[in-house]
Amino acid sequence: MPQALLPGFGVGLALLLWWWASVAVPDLPSPVRTWQESKIYILEPFEKRGEMDQGIGLLAYYSLVRVAQGFLLGIAVATPLGFLLGVSKTMTRMFDPVMQILRPISPLAWLPLGLILFQKSEPAALFAIAVCSMWPTVINTMAGVRAIPQDYWNVAKVLRLSRTTTFIKIVVPATLPYIFTGYRLSLGIAWLVIVASEMLTGTPGVGGFLWQEYNSLVYAHILLAILTIGIVGFVLDRLMGMAEARLRTI
Amino acid sequence: MAYIDISGVSKSFVTSGSRREVLANVTLSIERGEFVSIVGAMGSGKSTLLNIVAGLSAPDEGTVTVSGELTRDIRRDAALVFQNYSLLPWFSALENVRLAVNAAFPNQSRDEQLARARRSLEMVGLTNAEHRRPGQLSGGMRQRVAIARAFAIEPEILFLDEPFGALDALTRETLQQELAQLCCDGRRVTTLMITNSVEEALLLSDRIVPMTHGPRATLGSPIAVDLPRPRTKALLTHDQRARRVRATVVAALTSGSGRRLGSRRRPVAPLTVPLSLAEAKGEP
Repeated sequence: MPQALLPGFGVGLALLLWWWASVAVPDLPSPVRTWQESKIYILEPFEKRGEMDQGIGLLAYYSLVRVAQGFLLGIAVATPLGFLLGVSKTMTRMFDPVMQILRPISPLAWLPLGLILFQKSEPAALFAIAVCSMWPTVINTMAGVRAIPQDYWNVAKVLRLSRTTTFIKIVVPATLPYIFTGYRLSLGIAWLVIVASEMLTGTPGVGGFLWQEYNSLVYAHILLAILTIGIVGFVLDRLMGMAEARLRTI
Repeated sequence: MAYIDISGVSKSFVTSGSRREVLANVTLSIERGEFVSIVGAMGSGKSTLLNIVAGLSAPDEGTVTVSGELTRDIRRDAALVFQNYSLLPWFSALENVRLAVNAAFPNQSRDEQLARARRSLEMVGLTNAEHRRPGQLSGGMRQRVAIARAFAIEPEILFLDEPFGALDALTRETLQQELAQLCCDGRRVTTLMITNSVEEALLLSDRIVPMTHGPRATLGSPIAVDLPRPRTKALLTHDQRARRVRATVVAALTSGSGRRLGSRRRPVAPLTVPLSLAEAKGEP
């Protein structure tokens, strides 16, 4: 069998497993039923029929905009913080315990705090995304700065480069691959968080749609939402991977 | 007083709790325009000494002065060339040189800085490769970029830390000849070179200083290399003076192995001249 067909074969097996599960659990729609019940969302992806009753493309777009905002907010804080922690041992010692404690907190725990702080669901969601997704960027940037070979620091010393020049010409380029790995992981987390935060706040988007369809017992649409989340997440990761590869400096 | 004065320099490192004295009471004077080589085996503490003289690290004891002025940091008029090139991989050859030029001549216009960087690359024959990154250059070309970068700031003093140690034999010879022209034709740059090759030292130096094997490494008496320039391989092989100097250097390096060198003169080695340091040492 040609290698190119293997992924298709894998997908086929997964569908088979899904079909088998739908036979075993009557409430679970089969692949065919899922398609029939949700094709209107896929075939008219940008149709708006009601607040939650929208094409899947439109719903994904709302979620993506929210993710982009939260993610940008997160890395805008995380990148400088990572540089600071990478350069200064004092800062690392000071903030390491705080970071280690904040890092494993689930988005579901941050969201209520965001609601208290901002009183509205939209900024609360952004807050949760930013706070949860920033850590890989902080940690990777920090590791990147620490991994700069002594050679490059020597170049800065020997050429008597100013602090600013050293930062722009040496520290940033040397750290860039690490930063982008951080961004890629952060974006992955941001996409995980969006679904949870939309489910809790009931805002329109893929996650909000999923929760609403669960409450209205339209199980086929849950599967549609799940698949959409997976596919969009996969595409995002690939795009970041391409950006990462293009920006390789070393 | 000499131009560069290294006086009573000692340095130890603490590794895993134990103190290791690398340099003990190193003293050396270098005159303006002189090319001095310190020759010693690998791991003898040569690089540590060079870093101290250049101002990259501080000695535990002793002082280094240039024109009577204490060295505390990298000097504005000094350039360094390292064995591992130390080029920035994300910049082209030209950009690497420009980084040094821009830092050394901040008051010049962009065009002047660019022209200076280009001149320097032209000097080492890399004009056609100026837009290539270090990763796309051979080892010899990389070291040429590093040399161009060093000369681009028009240094008064040049520090060379095993500059050709990572190159193959053929490239090494070519670059040694090119460096001899750069350092010793026309305006003479005061140069301190670290090397483990007696031949390299003979080819380039006015004086050779043997260094005993560390720990507690120190310098032996300097040996004058009284040979005409430009020096060729043939001259170094056949000239009687060259053979005598080589023998003296090798004798100073081998007789003191494991022990500290005294300041008294070593006897001249027997006439059978070893070809290399490794051969001279024989099996331990």
